[in-house]
Amino acid sequence: MLAFELFMQGLVQGSIYALIAVGLTLVYGLLRILHVAHAGLFTLGGYIGVLVTNATGSLALALLTAMIAVGFVGMALYRFCYQPILDRPPYVALIASIGLFIAMEEIFRIIFGPYGLSYTAPPLQAPIILLGMNLKAAEILTMVGALILIGGLGVLAGRTRTGIAWRATVKDPQMAESFGIDIVKVRYLNFFIGSALAAAAGVMVALLNNLVEPTMGSVPSYKALAIIVLGGLGNVRGTLIASLALGVIESFGTIYLGFLLDRDAIAFAFLILVLMIRPQGLVGRSNG
Amino acid sequence: MVEIIGAYQVSLITTMGISVILALSLNLITGFCGQISLGHAAFIGAGAYGAAMLTTAGWPFAAGLAAGTAIAAVLGLVVGLASLRVRHDFLAITTMGVGFLFLGVVRQQEWLGGEMGISSIPDAGLGKGGYMVLVVLIAAAIALFSVHLKRSWMGYAFDAIADDEDTARMVGVDAARYKLTAFAMGTGLAGLGGGLYAHDVKFIAPDSFGFIESITILSMVVIGGIGPVWGVIVAAAVLSVLPFWFQFIEEYKLLLYGGLLFAVMRFSPGGLAGFVAGFVAKHKRRRAAAP
Repeated sequence: MLAFELFMQGLVQGSIYALIAVGLTLVYGLLRILHVAHAGLFTLGGYIGVLVTNATGSLALALLTAMIAVGFVGMALYRFCYQPILDRPPYVALIASIGLFIAMEEIFRIIFGPYGLSYTAPPLQAPIILLGMNLKAAEILTMVGALILIGGLGVLAGRTRTGIAWRATVKDPQMAESFGIDIVKVRYLNFFIGSALAAAAGVMVALLNNLVEPTMGSVPSYKALAIIVLGGLGNVRGTLIASLALGVIESFGTIYLGFLLDRDAIAFAFLILVLMIRPQGLVGRSNG
Repeated sequence: MVEIIGAYQVSLITTMGISVILALSLNLITGFCGQISLGHAAFIGAGAYGAAMLTTAGWPFAAGLAAGTAIAAVLGLVVGLASLRVRHDFLAITTMGVGFLFLGVVRQQEWLGGEMGISSIPDAGLGKGGYMVLVVLIAAAIALFSVHLKRSWMGYAFDAIADDEDTARMVGVDAARYKLTAFAMGTGLAGLGGGLYAHDVKFIAPDSFGFIESITILSMVVIGGIGPVWGVIVAAAVLSVLPFWFQFIEEYKLLLYGGLLFAVMRFSPGGLAGFVAGFVAKHKRRRAAAP
């Protein structure tokens, strides 16, 4: 029974990782940028979620506001921060992104204070008994929400004209452009969707912990980088598998590896191990 | 020495000197050899823990420092082996992972002090002034070594690898050997800096060697221009003492570092050195154009 509970906890955590990492891997697939500041958008999403919920009392409205607002912020980041340095060596964008992320965390700290914010009336804390297990409603929402959002993304990418243009651009930007696809529009769309998913993850983490704080993005940020490498940079399916796998491995690792290293180091031990054996990542093709 | 320039200045210069040592050590790897590392604090930490454990156990200061350096260099050599497997973005993330792994392991080890770290590290026995002189001399020696290295055969090989590793290999540069050498030297010196840091502040904990510390050192190298020795020295010296000079900056230190890191990459990727070189070139052109 303990094993099953650990497994479910792992899936909840893995769903959060998936929502964050998908946006990151999409940006990498399209632009070859390691977008560290992505986790800053995750934090921003959490803050907007708590502020709007506290102001209006509606979690659904908060989730929607966070996703749309953060989506636009993501587009602005692309326009003003990344677009001008796209033709420089890759480390330029990476370092710029790290700087941006640290600055964002500091700005959250200065504006909202170092101790974070909580819900005045935390929604969805009711316990639900599922398969003999005690889960919080928020945990169920996280899993179902992640499933719906990522499923929706799958439908968008697989079944619509926009999605086809998007995938074509990821595959071969030049060819896509010569077929009349507006690749700049695709990039904006990419940043909007990726950022909105990160914001949704931020709202859900805020629900699970009933807390948002300036540094809540740090650990997910670096872990998400590990995840997208494990998933084979730019590979969405691989990223989803790696996210859920890591969530579950961490969940068990905390119990069985705790004496050796702490929870947050497990991802990186796993990452280094995998990279040494398969430099192209756990799943998929080589493009590094 | 302390009487002449005051205790405050002595501790300031010591901090500055240690930062210069650490920035120059990363500059060997990232600046000279073009291998990006986001986990430099792990090697600083390895040197600091190694030296502090040994001197606390009764070893003489110099021996502890040397052992810390060696421990960091060996660890660096292992990570250098990773740089032979993965490149560019993958290497950046691997080194970042090494940083987190170091922290995660050290935190859980009771014999390394766990979360609490190591306190009451013995004094180096040189006095505050003597210690400052030692740090400055070591920093100067590393600076001279860097300048010499840059002009040596090895420096050219590093340059070639940083520029385009595949081409370097094609013309017969043994990239693997040079990369490992760069990692071993850079991380060894980081360990030396770490040992000096531990015996300066006399207290170390895992949090002193986190990701932010890696980024702080990296921002010194980046703002200095990634490579140019004098640029990195100036950036390290200024960035390390800014928070002391302007007390209000302490509160916004990370905002400043992060903002600068972003601004330099976005607007002047050549850093300080690139900016000055551009300015001088412009000035010369203007003078040449003047009648």
